[in-house]
Amino acid sequence: MTDDLEAMAPPMPSLAPGASRRRIHPAVGFLSILATILIVWESAKLLGGNHLVIDGILGLPIRIDHRPPFQWKIANDLSLPHLWTVFIAFFELDSVGDPLVVRLLWAALATLRGAVVGFVLGASIGLMLAIVLIQVRILERAMVPLLVASQTVPIVAIAPVIVVGLKAGWFGIAIVAAYLTFFPVTIAAIRGMRSADPRAYELMRSFAASNRDILVQLRIPAAAPFLFTAFKIAATASVVGAIVGELPSGTRDGLGGAILNAMQYYSIQPGRLWATIVVASLLGIGCFVLVVLAERRALGTYRPTDSGAPS
Amino acid sequence: MTDATTSTPSPGMTGSPVVSLVGVSKVFPPTSPGSRPVDALTEIDLTIQPGEFVSLIGPSGCGKSTLLRVIGDLTPVTGGMVMVNGKSASEARRGREYGMVFQAPVLFDWRSVLENVELPLQITGRPARERAGRAREMLDLVELGEFTNHRPWQLSGGMQQRVAIARALALDPDLLLMDEPFGALDEMTRERMNLELLRIWERTGTTVVFVTHSIPEAVFLSTRVVVMSARPGRITEIVDVDLPRRRDVDTRELERYFELVTHVRTALRRGESASTSGTARVRAEGLSG
Amino acid sequence: MTVSAPSGANAADVSAVGTILRGPTIGERIREWSPAVILFFGALASWELVVRVFRIKQFILPSPVAIGVAWWTYLPELASAARYTFIEVIGGLAIGVTAGLLAGALTARYVAVREAALPFAIAANSIPIIAFAPIFNIWFGLDTQFSKMMIAAVLVFFPVMINTVRGLLSAPAPALELMRSFAASERDIFLRVRMPSAVPYIFTALRISATLATIGAIIGEYFGAPKVSLGQYIVTYTSYLNFERSWGAIIFASAIGMGLYVVVVLVERIVAPWAADRSTAPT
Repeated sequence: MTDDLEAMAPPMPSLAPGASRRRIHPAVGFLSILATILIVWESAKLLGGNHLVIDGILGLPIRIDHRPPFQWKIANDLSLPHLWTVFIAFFELDSVGDPLVVRLLWAALATLRGAVVGFVLGASIGLMLAIVLIQVRILERAMVPLLVASQTVPIVAIAPVIVVGLKAGWFGIAIVAAYLTFFPVTIAAIRGMRSADPRAYELMRSFAASNRDILVQLRIPAAAPFLFTAFKIAATASVVGAIVGELPSGTRDGLGGAILNAMQYYSIQPGRLWATIVVASLLGIGCFVLVVLAERRALGTYRPTDSGAPS
Repeated sequence: MTDATTSTPSPGMTGSPVVSLVGVSKVFPPTSPGSRPVDALTEIDLTIQPGEFVSLIGPSGCGKSTLLRVIGDLTPVTGGMVMVNGKSASEARRGREYGMVFQAPVLFDWRSVLENVELPLQITGRPARERAGRAREMLDLVELGEFTNHRPWQLSGGMQQRVAIARALALDPDLLLMDEPFGALDEMTRERMNLELLRIWERTGTTVVFVTHSIPEAVFLSTRVVVMSARPGRITEIVDVDLPRRRDVDTRELERYFELVTHVRTALRRGESASTSGTARVRAEGLSG
Repeated sequence: MTVSAPSGANAADVSAVGTILRGPTIGERIREWSPAVILFFGALASWELVVRVFRIKQFILPSPVAIGVAWWTYLPELASAARYTFIEVIGGLAIGVTAGLLAGALTARYVAVREAALPFAIAANSIPIIAFAPIFNIWFGLDTQFSKMMIAAVLVFFPVMINTVRGLLSAPAPALELMRSFAASERDIFLRVRMPSAVPYIFTALRISATLATIGAIIGEYFGAPKVSLGQYIVTYTSYLNFERSWGAIIFASAIGMGLYVVVVLVERIVAPWAADRSTAPT
């Protein structure tokens, strides 16, 4: 159901008619909300955190002694470490002498490896399957309802089981990512390829175009917007699947394992878990942005008419 | 709402005009940096008396829809004056003194046919029973009385437009503005709808301003036809339609009818060539008949 | 002017109306779904066959029959775990959907809010929010249902909010112009046009929320939860390599997700039949 896919990776809604054309860049909007959150964070600690004593900042003889007026459990140093604690955590060295940020980057790469391989695998299989199903109507009628139903199965939640069961290391994670990519891509490809105006087919046939021509010149371009919506979902899902896939065992070298490790040391080093989460978030946003940029490159300003309007 | 078979008001009747346009012009600002402002309308002078049926006809882009929207206060004028029922267009709109029918029926899928017609009555806060009664009355008027509980998508295009007309008349307005309401229908349905519209007009005595692309339609329906030139739109000529009061299928066969159609067509061509700086390029696009 | 032509305007239209009103018959519904059903059971049967013929051990790939047996055998403990997790899913849905609807309405209404909040929400939607699950456990307690509810709620919040905004802004321009021609107030426009336009979008978001909330609850449990939860059940028996029992729990998890999905679809059909027809068509 393309409606479901569009809901999971919605396009930026267009402004109401008559609204001002002057817009601020989305990044600015994002950063302003982020800044607000960070300000609220430290304000909460200022008002209800722990007693704060700092003797000297970066070598300068500054002394801070602040007793917050309230005591909120959620704002104490364990639940909500100071922002600088998180920042410093990035540079803490482990037993081997590597700073955390380097370890996290390697972990991110490991996660990415599984996610990307799986994404490419799943997308390729999905596209090929869709092309086959378009031609063989009876198979399409059999498989599409199953594909659609499988979207309601919490596949991400099953990732650990599959990874352990396959015993294939990071490739098991790739399999999970492929699985998560395959379903939305196939559905989107079928829907997209069928979305072309029937009269366009008649036009192609009037030029005695071959089936291959119709596929390449008509169906695939028609499917492109739908495919990119699916890619956005699949990119996020692959990263999430890659992280979750490591969870129970935690012996893998990706971000899932890093989170589990950081959890163990939380009471000593709360900043470490937050730092790991930051890296995981950046990975997710980064993959999403890549797909968005690719979409812009491939589609330009082309957008199929929004079919949501009634009547 | 009386059965006005004999007392149809004729154009030129004394009394305050329903619509009065003096020196109206409309310029659209540039849509993007670098593009130029668009002169949609210039120096429009027009007076419409109560009970008239006035058509606006012109080539694509001549501003006739813009003119209709100016009367309806859906877009502001940039020059000149618009008076509706003796007040500013804005006051007339806020007083809900006109009903509008658009090119698309714009019915709400989530409401039944009856509820769609009730919409203006809800907005003006009429009590429920009065609303339903009035809405049924209007649907009976457009001969859709049996379809009150249907959903819009269950009706054909012509029927949907009739619902839109019923809705536009729900508040018993003095003025009915119609923007190519039958443009999306096929020729035969359109001719049927023309007859329907005349019957309704006669029953209600409303003044009608009707925008159309179709010369035969304009002549058939109207008491006067306002011919507009290509952009920037100005009035080329106003043609008095002196066909007999009683119009029916036979009217389309009258010699006078054909004469008027030719007259209007000639006026249109004049308007086009005048605006294309002297070049006598006859563009037939957008005109039928 | 009088019109003497008979207005048989309805005659040609009535026959067209008649055909649109009839819905699909039972026979047609069976024909539509049977290939999928056949394929599904065929796949199950082949799976069973492969496991038997190649004598695959259960800790590599359990057979459907074995899973079914395990499911039946351990039904009581599975059902308790399912009940525990179900509460988390429902709670998360309630919180997340309510917050998402409110945030969506605010964002749609005020342009300033929209410019900042919408890009943030879309970006946040692409974050592996599940990575925050340990934090929620720390804040709200490892052993409480509330911490998992909050994870589910956050997962659900962003799609609901974004799609509510989409829906509220999807009111077609002609409808807005119509309302202006009736000099309708902003409140009227919101209640009578924008909200009904948003309904199909909101229901779509609710459908995917059913799945997301389930995912959130279960993965949240993976990070730590009482033993009597589906997530911990899955993790425990997976670590023992007892996949039959893990899959039994997974079946319950899928049932929760799918069940809620179907509930949303049914509610949509009742509340908003005009939208349901379009958004749930198979292809």
